[in-house]
This record gives sequence, C-alpha cells and structure tokens, in this order.
Amino acid sequence: MRSYWYITFLLLFFSCSSSEIEQYTPVPYELEIPKLFQDKLIAPILPIDNPLTEEGVALGKKLFFDKTLSKDGTQSCASCHNPSKAFTDNLKTSIGVDGISGKRNAMPLYNLAWNFDENFSWDGKDFTLENQALDPVRNPIELHANWTNVANRLQSNSEYKTLFNRAFGTSKIDSILVTKAIAQFERTLISGNSKFDQYLLGNTTLTPEEENGFNVFMEEAKGDCFHCHGSNNNPLWTDNLFHNNGLDRSFLDLGLGAVTGDPADNGKFKTPSLRNLAFTAPYMHDGRFNTLEEVINHYSEGLQPSATIDPLMKKVNQGGVNLTAKDKADLKAFLLTLTDFDFVNNPNFQE
Amino acid sequence: MKQFFKILLFVILVSCSSNDTEKEVTITLKFSHNWDGVSVNSSDFNSFKFSTLNGESVNIERLRYVVSNIMLNENSKDYQLVDLGENSGLEITFNNVQTGINTLQFTFGFADKDNVDGIYQDLNSTSFNVPMMLGGGYHYMQLDGKYKDVNNLDANFNYHVIRAVDRSDPNNLILEDTSFLVDLGNVNIEGDSTIEIKMNIAEWFKNPNTWDLNVLNTVLMPNFNAQKLMNANGKTVFSLGKRTQN
Repeated sequence: MRSYWYITFLLLFFSCSSSEIEQYTPVPYELEIPKLFQDKLIAPILPIDNPLTEEGVALGKKLFFDKTLSKDGTQSCASCHNPSKAFTDNLKTSIGVDGISGKRNAMPLYNLAWNFDENFSWDGKDFTLENQALDPVRNPIELHANWTNVANRLQSNSEYKTLFNRAFGTSKIDSILVTKAIAQFERTLISGNSKFDQYLLGNTTLTPEEENGFNVFMEEAKGDCFHCHGSNNNPLWTDNLFHNNGLDRSFLDLGLGAVTGDPADNGKFKTPSLRNLAFTAPYMHDGRFNTLEEVINHYSEGLQPSATIDPLMKKVNQGGVNLTAKDKADLKAFLLTLTDFDFVNNPNFQE
Repeated sequence: MKQFFKILLFVILVSCSSNDTEKEVTITLKFSHNWDGVSVNSSDFNSFKFSTLNGESVNIERLRYVVSNIMLNENSKDYQLVDLGENSGLEITFNNVQTGINTLQFTFGFADKDNVDGIYQDLNSTSFNVPMMLGGGYHYMQLDGKYKDVNNLDANFNYHVIRAVDRSDPNNLILEDTSFLVDLGNVNIEGDSTIEIKMNIAEWFKNPNTWDLNVLNTVLMPNFNAQKLMNANGKTVFSLGKRTQN
C-alpha cells in the first residue's frame, strides 16, 4: 500500500512538472516609437488586456495576410489594406469576396495606437482596435465569413494551435484571440519617417515651394489645415476627430450621424492622416477625389454649405478661401513631404 | 496668582482647541457654463438658442480653453484644458486643502513664460497649438460655431483667443501677452466641498466691447486688434458660483 502511494505521488509530481515545462511565456514586444512622437505626443494606447508580445504581433501579421479569414478563402485583410499602398487598395470603394463594392474607401492603417479616443472607421462605429477587427470578417460585403467557421478552420491547423498557445497560453482559438492578435500587429504599423519628419529633426531642408506650402497649410487665412490635420507639433497629421468638411449639401451617407443617431453629427467623418498621400488615392470617405489637386480645389472653391458643416471651414458662401494656383501647387508639394517610403517598404509589414 | 493660572490654562485650551479644528479637506473646482444665466452644456450645442448683445443668433459647436496656474492657497495645478463639448477637464480636485480662508485664482490661457511652443504633450496631441508664424505656443480658447448673418444665412465663426501678435513685419513679430489673471477672491473652506467657477459665454461678446460677428467672425488669430478686444471682454467672463458641501 505504501509503495502504491509512492508511485501515485511520483506520477502526480511529473504530471505537474510536465505542464509547467509546456507553459510558454511570450516575449514583450518593444514598440520603436519615433523621436518626434516621443517628444510631442502622449503615450500610445496599449491596452493592458492585450499587451504587445513578439508572438502576438507575429501571429497577428500571419492572420492579417491569411485568406482563411474570408468566406471562400479568396481575400484577407491585406486584400483591401495593401502594405505597399500604405495599407489601402487604391479603389474608390473596396470590393468584397462577393464582388460587391462597399460604400467607403479603405482607410490607411498606421499610427493607430495614437488614436487616443480609440474610435475607429470613417464613421467611428468601432471602439477599440480589437473591436474594429471583428467587423470586416463577418461583414457580408467584405470578407463575408462566419466567425465560428473561421475559428474552426484555424483550430484545425496545427501550426495555428501552436502559435496561439505561444501568444496567448491557449490553443483554443476564437474571434476574441484572433482580433487581439491582429490588433497587436496593427499597433506596430508606425509611420514616422517622412522627409518632413527629417526636416523637423534637422536632417534635411525643404525646397522653397515645400516651405511655402507648409505656410499655406498653417496660415489661418489660407489653408488653415492645422486645426484638424495637426502640425509640426502633432506629427500624427490628424486630430482623429469627426468633421463635416463641406463635401455635400445633403447626405446619402450620414457618417457619424448614423452611429450616434444625432442629426448634428450627420455628414461627419474621421479626419484622415495626411501622411503617405502619395500612396492612398483616391481620397475622402467615398473616394470621390482621384488626385490631390481635386482635394485642394475642394477646400479652395468647392465647399458645400449644410447645417453641420464644420465652423472651421472658411468662406463657405464663396466656396472656400480661393487659394492662388501657386499656393495650391506649393501646398501639394508640402503634403508630399509627408510621404514615408520606409513605411511602405518595411519588410516587417510585408507578407 | 490663582487667577493668573486660570487665565493661562484657558488660553492654552483655546489655543489647542483652535489647532484641533484646522484640518485638510478635499476641494473640487467645477467649471460651469452659462449664457447670461442660462445653463450651457454640450447638449445645448448645435442649435441657435443664444443671442449676442449685438443681436446675432448663435449656436456653439466647440468650446475648449486652457486655464493655468490654478491656485487655491498653497494648492496649485499647472494647467488644465477644459473641453465642454467633450465633457472633459471640467473639474480640478485638490486633496489637501487647509480649512479656513483660501484665495482662489487662475490665469486664463498661458502667461508668456508658460506659453512655450510644443512643450505640452497632451495639448499637442489634441492639436491646440498656435502656428509659429503667429508666435507659436498654444490657443487660450477655441469657441467655434455658427451665427445668422445679415441675410439670415448660417455663417461660421471661430472666436479663437491667443497671444496677440502684430505681424506688420513678418520677420519681427510683436507679441503681447493677452492672458489674464482671474482672481475669484477669498473662499471660506470648512469641509469637503465643490466650488463652482462660472463662465458666462455671452460676456465674450458684450463687455466692454459689443461684438459684431458680421465683422469679426473668422481668421481672428492673426488679428492683433481683435485679440485685444477679446482680452478686454474676457475679464468679466468668470465668476464664483455655488459652494456645496460634499
């Protein structure tokens, strides 16, 4: 009897010891935050219930490019968010797995951890990056999948079981963990190395045209872009808030208003960052403008009055501030100094 | 002699008892907003429910401002951004306030020594900066909305208060500190309580300068004279409100 208890004890001991060996502790991921961001901005949003880890980010990247997340295995997140196009698709509005066009232009993905209010999408419908990642998978005009089916497909893949176990300590895969991993990867997408960043760091100079363009951008009587789009002191180049920028007199797409139910929010959409415009055409929430010239002309002469147009839009009854041709050209030259070639070529962000 | 000791004992007792009643309490400063006495909250935004002294019907769509060097005797806070639209920054709490008479004051905006370009990360993050071509630093206030113009059409206004700048010579800006001290006087603090600081928004448009939005509506940041007028009108905007025991 005594030896029986001895054997039982040994079995229990090795059993415990074995499970401890299998327990894997993921390695914390250190975000490389650009100096200007460190100097000028408050800390990025890194949720305590989804800390960045090397394993979580790597898993998120794999999932981001995996067509398993779509109904028929034909599309992934990257189909509409192509890294070489600053994570857009250059389409007016994106096309889902069933060939149906959505009503919105694909938003570029970068510096998402600095969206301090954590309201994502053109209309702010998604609170937190994790929640945002839930929708495209199940949206019938996007990946049109079923989360249970997606989780089952991933669960049947032994590699994924291992990767989830290493990232989250469990091989039981569900939509929560998938979106956590994707959100981790997305938080690493940092764009902070444009010519203008280098100029602010004292490493390069601007041409006279670019310099004048920046002045047009900052001059309240001219572009007055800085109130919504940041400045040399806000390197995000967006306030991440929602404005009606005078595109329409009446609204087919209510934007934020459809989310909040408040008519005062009708026609308001998120201010997009001005980084990487060279890669993200066409522009606006519905992709209506093919070129930067069209965008600048809109603000200069094309403003449409409405009840919710933002008060920061100047001289609406004259269509806008009527910039000169030179100021328009220089403004464009400045905007293109916000192009970050390192970002679109970063191997860490490629498939 | 006996009488002397009685008096001495009484003095000591009174002195001790006085010390015993002094204590530290928690005080919350609460910013409230009104239009000539009518309460204004974010829910009152976006509708033409207010009128300026000059007769323009007005709606408010954005109101945010900085107060700095907030002092309640020895208790102080460097600065705070009050954003009525976002319902943020409306309260400041001091935890170790001595009971008794306290002086309450703050600066509207930033005095020049504090108005240093780009140094406040939270204000940079919310794009409250002033362009360097206007001297840099930060807005004191952004009050944005619409008014009914002379044709009864909607028109935008941006009542943006900043340090006044004379740009007659763009290479030699003349800056004038137009922040101002708001001294709300002495408040008697007896226990944990909330002190209301009232902003009458209508005052920005009437006292001492009657504001005509048809003339002064947008692009006021580079307008030196407009900034001087705002500075003058701001002096009567704030007042002490209710004090409630918590």
